[in-house]
Amino acid sequence: MPAFSNSSWDRRSVLRAAMGLAAAGGLAACGGNNGRGGGSGSGKRLVQYFHAYGEPGTEQAVKRYAKAYREAGVTTQWITGENFESKLFSALLTDNAPDLFEFHPQIQLVRSGQVADLTDLVEPVKDDFNQADIASHTVDGKIYGIRMIDDPQFFFYRKSLFEKAGVDVPTTLDELIEAAAKLTTDKVKGVFLGNELDAVIRPLIWAAGADTLDEKNRIAYHTEGVKEGLVKLRKLFTSGDLLLGAPTDFWDPSALNQGLTAIQWCGMWAMPQMQQALGDDLGIFPFPKVTDAGAPAVYNGGWSMFVNAKGKNVEAAKEYVKWLWIDQKEYQEDWALSYGFHVPPRVSIAESADKLKSGLPAEGVRLFDEYGHFDNIGFTQAMIDAIEDVVADCVRSGGDPEAALDKADGKVERELKKLFG
Amino acid sequence: MSTTATRDPKSPAPATPATPARRRRRLRGSSTFNFWLFTGPFLLGLAIFVYVPIGWSLWLSFFDARFTVTPSEFIGFDNYRYMLTNDDFTGSLVTFTVFAAFIVPTTWAFSLGLALMVNRLRFLRAFFRSVFFLPTAVSYVAAALIWKMSIFSGVRFGLMNTVLGWFGVDDIAWLASPDPPWYWLVLVTVRLWLQAGFFMILFLAALQNIPQELYEAAAIDGAKPGWQTFRHITLPQLRATSTAVILLLLVQAYQAFDEFFNLLSKSTWGRPPLVELYYIALGENQDYGAGSAGAVILTLLICVVTLLQGKFLGFGRGDESK
Repeated sequence: MPAFSNSSWDRRSVLRAAMGLAAAGGLAACGGNNGRGGGSGSGKRLVQYFHAYGEPGTEQAVKRYAKAYREAGVTTQWITGENFESKLFSALLTDNAPDLFEFHPQIQLVRSGQVADLTDLVEPVKDDFNQADIASHTVDGKIYGIRMIDDPQFFFYRKSLFEKAGVDVPTTLDELIEAAAKLTTDKVKGVFLGNELDAVIRPLIWAAGADTLDEKNRIAYHTEGVKEGLVKLRKLFTSGDLLLGAPTDFWDPSALNQGLTAIQWCGMWAMPQMQQALGDDLGIFPFPKVTDAGAPAVYNGGWSMFVNAKGKNVEAAKEYVKWLWIDQKEYQEDWALSYGFHVPPRVSIAESADKLKSGLPAEGVRLFDEYGHFDNIGFTQAMIDAIEDVVADCVRSGGDPEAALDKADGKVERELKKLFG
Repeated sequence: MSTTATRDPKSPAPATPATPARRRRRLRGSSTFNFWLFTGPFLLGLAIFVYVPIGWSLWLSFFDARFTVTPSEFIGFDNYRYMLTNDDFTGSLVTFTVFAAFIVPTTWAFSLGLALMVNRLRFLRAFFRSVFFLPTAVSYVAAALIWKMSIFSGVRFGLMNTVLGWFGVDDIAWLASPDPPWYWLVLVTVRLWLQAGFFMILFLAALQNIPQELYEAAAIDGAKPGWQTFRHITLPQLRATSTAVILLLLVQAYQAFDEFFNLLSKSTWGRPPLVELYYIALGENQDYGAGSAGAVILTLLICVVTLLQGKFLGFGRGDESK
C-alpha cells in the first residue's frame, strides 16, 4: 500500500512540476519570441510587408536589398494569398504591425494616422518623380508614400489568332464584344477579364468618359455612359465568349500563355513572361472607349512604400525607405525591370531604361503616357470594393445597373462623409 | 451504457474496505484544488478568448470604430441601425437559412444512408468505414481549393466539364454567376463530402446499439424486413442520435466560413453572416463598430434559436425525452 500511495504522490508532483514548467515556458514565450527583439541596442530591427509578386526572383530581390542595408536588420514578410489588403489592415492594428509596407495611396491611412509623412524624404528629389505619382500620394501638401513602380494595365492579344479570325484591334467596347465572338472556338475563348471581372470596372468607368470621384471628391462614376458600359459588359458575360472560372486570375499570364483565351486583361508586369511564351505573337491595346464621348483607358496602378506612423521604429523605417527607394537607384532599376516590367516612377531611371525603349514594352509605355489614369488617393479600398460589387450585382448576377450603382453610392457616400465631412 | 454498468457491479468489489475511505478523505481534502486544476485552464481560456472579446465587441458596437479597436467617438445605436438596414447583412441571414435548409437534411440522409450500407457489409467493413471517414480530416480550405480549381473549374479541362463534355454539354462556369445558382452545388457537395463520414460514424455506433431482439420480435410479429422494419424500429431507435446530429449540423452551418470565403471571392451573393461580418469588420472596410454590432445581433439570434431548439427538440432534457 505505501508503495501505491507513494507512486500516486509521485505522479502528482510530477504533474505539478510539469504544469509549472508549461506555465513558465508559456510566459517565457510571451515575453521573448515576438519577432522584434529590438532591445539589444546595436542595430534596429524592422519588419516590412510585401504582397507576393508572381514573377520569379522578386522575393529574393527584396530580401537582397534588405540585406545590403547596414543600419538595421530588415525582415521581409512575403504575404501570399489574394487578400493582402485585409491582412495588412488587420496587422496595422496590432503590436506585430510592420514598420513599413507596400500598398496603394489611400486617404483613410492618412486620416487614421497610420502612415507617416515622408515629405522631407521626397522633397529633395521631387522633380525626378513622375508628377502624377507625386500628386496621387499628396494630401494637404504632404507626401505620404514613395512610389516604387508604376504598373499600367491593358489588354494583351494573340496576333496570330486575330489574323486567323480576320479581326482588327477593337476601338470600341462593341467591337471588342464582336471580336470576342469571332475569336471564340471550342478550345479558345475570346476574352479573359479575370474570373470576377473586378479589375476592369475602373477602366470601364474612364472609358465611358466618367471618373471615380471628381476634383471636389464627389461621386463621378454614376453616369449614363457607365450604365451603358455595364449593360454591354453583361452582354459579353452571357455571350459564352468570355473565359470564366480559369485556374488563374487576370494578373497571371497563364490564361493567355496556355491558349485558353485570345485576349486577356493583364498588367505590364507579365509582359516578359508572355513574350517568352508567345514570342512575337503578342500585341496590346487599351480598354476601348465605351461611348462616343469616352476615350480609351489604361489603369496606371502600382505599388508604393509607406512607413507605419504608429510603429516603434518610425525614424529607422524612414531612413531605410530613404536609403532604398530614394538613394539606391541601382536597386530601383533592378526592381522595375529585372523581373516583371514596370514603368519606373523616377524620371532619370525611366529615361535610361533601355528595356522599355523598343518593341512592345515601348508601346506599353506609350499607352501608359497617353491613356493612363492614376490612383485617386481619395478613392479608398472600401469605395473600390463598392464599385467592384457593382460588377457582381449587375454584370454577373444580371441585376439592374441603376440599382447596383445606387447601392454603391450609399456605401461610397458613407465613406466620403467620414473622410471629407 | 447503463446496461453495462448494472451488469458488472462485482468488479470493483474486491478492493479492501480501507481504500475507499482513504480515497474519499484525500478527495475531500483537495477537492477545491482538483476543481480548479481541471476547470481552471479551461475557464481562463474561456474568459480570455470568449468573454473578453464578446464584452469588447459589445463596447465597440456603440462607437465609431474605423481602423481602430480603441475608439473614442460614442455614437449610440447608429451601428445597429446601419446593420439592420444593411441589405447585405440581412441578406446573409437568408443565405444562411437557405444553406442550412440544403445542407442539414442532405447530410443527415446521406450519412445515415452510408451508415446503413456500411453496417450491412459482411467483409471490408473497417476499410469502408475508414474510407468514408477520411475526408473529415481534410481542411475546408484545401477541399474548397480542390473543388474550385480541379473539379468545378470553369474551363474545358475541369473534371465536371470534362464529364459533361462527353454528353455534348457546353462548359459551365460554376462559380461565376448566381444565375443559375450552380454555386450551391459546389458549396453543398464540398461540405457533404467533408462531413458525411463523421456523422456516418455516429449513426453506425447508434445502429450497433439497437438490440437485435427488437428485430427478432418484429420478425415474429410479421414485420417485413426492409422499409417496414426501418421505419418502425431503426428510425425510432436512432432518434436521440438524429437529434444530436441535426443540432451539430445546424451549429456547423452557422459557423460556415471557409468554403464560402474561398469559393466565392468578390461576389455579392452566397455570403453567410460570418463572411459578411468578416468583410465589414476585418476586410477592406475595417469598420469594427458596425461589424461588432452585427456580431452582437448574430449572437442574440443564435441564443434565441438555441433556446427554441431546446424547447422543441427537447435536447439536453435527459433520457425522458425519448
